[in-house]
Amino acid sequence: MKQIRRIAGGFIDRKTPLSFEFNGRRFEGYQGDTLASALIANGQTLVGRSFKYHRPRGIFSAGSEEPNALVELRKGAFQEPNTRATTVELFDQLSAKSQNHRGSLEFDLMAFTDYLSPFLSAGFYYKTFMWPKFAWEKLYEPAIRAAAGLGSLSLEDDPDIYDKGFLHCDLLVIGAGPSGLAAARAAAFSGAQVILADEDFRAGGRLNSETFEVDGKKGADWAQALWQELASLPNVRLMSRTTIYGAYDHGIYGALERRTDHLPHSGGKPRQILWRIYSKRAVLAAGATERPIAFGNNDRPGIMLAGAVRSYVNRFAATPGERISIFTNNDDGWRTARDLSAQGVSVAAVIDSRDIAPLTDIPHAKIVMGAGVMDTSGRKALKEITLTTGQRITTDCLAVSGGWNPNVHLTCHQRGRPSWAEDINAFVPGKHLPPGMQVVGAAQGDLTLSQAISGAHQKAKEMVKDLGFTATRKAAPKASDEASTGAAFWHVGASKARAWIDLQNDVTVKDIRQSYQEGFRSVEHLKRYTTLGMATDQGKTSNIPALAIMAECTGKTIPETGTTIFRPPYTPVPMGALAGRARGKDFRPYRLTPSHRWAAENGATFVETGNWLRAQWYARPGEKGWRDSVDREVEMTRASVGICDVTTLGKIDIQGKDAALFLNQVYTNAFLKLPVGKVRYGLMLREDGIAYDDGTTARLGENHFVMTTTTANAVLVFRRLEFARQCLWPELDVHMISSTDAWAQFAVAGPNSRALLQKLVDKPFDLSNEGFGFMACAETTVCGGTPTRLFRISFSGELAFEIAVPARFGTAMMDCLMQAGQEFDAVPYGTEALGVMRIEKGHAAGNELNGQTSALNLGLGGFVSAKKDCIGKTLSQRPEMNREDAIRLVGFKPVDQSQALSAGAHFIALNDTATMANDQGWMSSVAYSPVLGHSIGLGFIKAGHERMGEVVRAVNPAQNKEVQVEIVSPHFYDPDGGRQRG
Amino acid sequence: MIINHPLLGPRDAAEFVYLGDASLIDRPDPNAEDAADRFFEYGYLRDNPAGMHEELWYHEQGDRSWLVVTRDTLTHDITAVRLARDAAKERGRSK
Repeated sequence: MKQIRRIAGGFIDRKTPLSFEFNGRRFEGYQGDTLASALIANGQTLVGRSFKYHRPRGIFSAGSEEPNALVELRKGAFQEPNTRATTVELFDQLSAKSQNHRGSLEFDLMAFTDYLSPFLSAGFYYKTFMWPKFAWEKLYEPAIRAAAGLGSLSLEDDPDIYDKGFLHCDLLVIGAGPSGLAAARAAAFSGAQVILADEDFRAGGRLNSETFEVDGKKGADWAQALWQELASLPNVRLMSRTTIYGAYDHGIYGALERRTDHLPHSGGKPRQILWRIYSKRAVLAAGATERPIAFGNNDRPGIMLAGAVRSYVNRFAATPGERISIFTNNDDGWRTARDLSAQGVSVAAVIDSRDIAPLTDIPHAKIVMGAGVMDTSGRKALKEITLTTGQRITTDCLAVSGGWNPNVHLTCHQRGRPSWAEDINAFVPGKHLPPGMQVVGAAQGDLTLSQAISGAHQKAKEMVKDLGFTATRKAAPKASDEASTGAAFWHVGASKARAWIDLQNDVTVKDIRQSYQEGFRSVEHLKRYTTLGMATDQGKTSNIPALAIMAECTGKTIPETGTTIFRPPYTPVPMGALAGRARGKDFRPYRLTPSHRWAAENGATFVETGNWLRAQWYARPGEKGWRDSVDREVEMTRASVGICDVTTLGKIDIQGKDAALFLNQVYTNAFLKLPVGKVRYGLMLREDGIAYDDGTTARLGENHFVMTTTTANAVLVFRRLEFARQCLWPELDVHMISSTDAWAQFAVAGPNSRALLQKLVDKPFDLSNEGFGFMACAETTVCGGTPTRLFRISFSGELAFEIAVPARFGTAMMDCLMQAGQEFDAVPYGTEALGVMRIEKGHAAGNELNGQTSALNLGLGGFVSAKKDCIGKTLSQRPEMNREDAIRLVGFKPVDQSQALSAGAHFIALNDTATMANDQGWMSSVAYSPVLGHSIGLGFIKAGHERMGEVVRAVNPAQNKEVQVEIVSPHFYDPDGGRQRG
Repeated sequence: MIINHPLLGPRDAAEFVYLGDASLIDRPDPNAEDAADRFFEYGYLRDNPAGMHEELWYHEQGDRSWLVVTRDTLTHDITAVRLARDAAKERGRSK
């Protein structure tokens, strides 16, 4: 298909034609086009359907403010919904589809909603879908959800990669239009580190769309030349295709750089990069956005912003119509007429709301002053406009200019509020800017070129001077002044037909008036009631006209009516970019234990515990389920010897002459007199008296301890200890470091554990009960000189040791242990068998230390020393926490031993009903004990320690299960502890 | 936010863990007669000022210093950063 609307000139590369597809039809465009300009060049006026009424819509703007031309870009997993055609750079084989229609774009089956519009006014959903209640979820919501929404997702994984990065600079310049370029130039020539970011792919901003001159050159050429010059400077980083989307605290700015969006394929490179820019100062040169005027049926394809018409004609050499009319309330609209004439495009009419003399003579055009456009016709493309004077004009494009709004968004990101400037009828940056930010150019309300450039030059110089640089002595670039005056004219009141304010969310003048009548006086309420400004464009072209209508209703001025607050992001940021590389497994990476490879080769199933991947059990051929493996591991460990990787437990190395004193403060039990070469169990409380963590601490030397914590709390306990050390007892001479990752540690448990270790521990170390008794620790060597730490501690209740070697020997140690254990039929065991054995022994773990239980509840009341203070002691003595009937940790076994217990069940007396009022406690951990041959449980029940032998019901309403259980000692296995001491 | 670490210079707030009111340094005397009341206040009662706030931050992804940061909760303006250890000593934690 020919590019029927292509004209001469522009900044497109006619030597590089590109082929693309829109709604399945092939088109051609050129390098330098956007998707929007290429569609316009091909005469494709209709590009989408509106959100609510499914009205035909065309391209409205030429930038990121676009409300209408949203498309689904690319295919398959690469499909991206709600992409603005006006910012999509054309590439070869681009494929796009229009959105929000059933059936074809031309014949949308949902278009009937337009005829229902009298019923679909503001607040329609709130008023209509109230009754009956049962229909909310089943009927209304699915129907509304199906009808609502714009583009669709591919529902496939995003195949692109996204990166994150950090940048630092003296001065960040936001926007590479004339003022941004001037600011960057002044700062760069002064020697400051400058980052210049622009959302467009071609520097120059409005200079590319206008016919202005700077320093005696065409504005666009001046911009290109300066861009090239800045690119050659080592202290400047130019970032095109980069949107600064948020202004954060302390000079930090969020930036989204689109690296490969303009290419057919990313080629394995990151698609987008989310930058965090640390700036000492920032210049906001974000320009201004043109606003429309509301009039009857002002949403037809072909009605667009006048500045956008100039962009398409001047920059992209594509005219949006054959006979273009202009409706303006300011001088700027006349520039459109002149530019069109100069480009040889026929101007049908210029309608100016002001009753003044025509500014210029436009050949062959009707000039109508003091009038407005009242209505339009043409269903899928504009055909005719009707003026307030009654004149009808045949036209296929209407360029509307309602004045310009400075882009103040980023000035408001730290709660600054813009202030109203009467001279330009627009909001300008307020007094409270984000610290370090200055605003220049059109964003500041300097709407003429020479003013914008010289102001930016001056401000940038002052800012870098403030940072200690010697400001450049170069003069500011010179440009001619193009004075522009305009009138506050927002809405053609004579229009009877619907007049759109928010094109994307289908909010009309009538909706705003109606919501006012219904009592929504605050702008924030108006917004939420009508959904005005809440679409993907965040009301860039609609917010101010809406405020003006609201002001009309209230009889107040616009600044009295207020403005909504702007929040980041300035334009949408894809979730993929926010996620960066933190996707899937990389979202929360886990660590591997030293024996991981060995475990993987030996049938282990893994489980994630506290950011580690641990072996859960090791399946052997013939085993039918996990229980088979776990039972075997327990039985073989208790019968001979088992080996378990316990590296994941937190290890904290504590040294200093006050180390013992320090431990005495953080543990409930006494540590001052722990002998060197001994290990002690320790319990920690939170300051509110609730149990926090437990573990063993070994005294390797007079001033040297090694503490272990639970796997899950390793980081938190360390943080707390540092708090205690630095904030609570700063005078103590104690230092510590986390050594969790530095040591690989294995539990070697079972009657043959000593025999096994004797083969490995270097002589003459004595492992006998006399030489290395229960709760002993020592530093020695294994396997002929490898440094090791040995601990005679037991979680399993068997004769057991823990052996630690520097982490780099961990894998080798596992191999050695298993080889040496062959003659004893040594078995590796996982976390499940570990859990079974600790439940058999009645040891508390995470299920019991759950943030609700005290030392008393855990049966560890005796561990809270009466003789000394410790964290949590005072509040643990509160009467309510020491009631006679406080819950106690006890054991439970089913009366009918064939029944299985379930964790989470609550205890109810035999004759009570199962209600919360009769709740006596809960089951915290259960396991099948292969040694005892039945299910066992640990749990908390009121005054449990005095109720041994009593039978209660363990009720589990979630599983509709109930088991009678007998209260027993939590020490199911070897209650005297003879085995671990043996 | 950027926290100007007294030893390491300006660091991004993402490297830190926030705890809360710096009054957590003032752990009551467990031997005082009204220790139970004091610990209750210490444990549960905090000011929540709209304005200047002295608060504890922990440089977990750094040198593991606890810091007392004076921050305006309305503007995030940080006016002072000190080592908590020094602040604690000044508040009489060393006996």
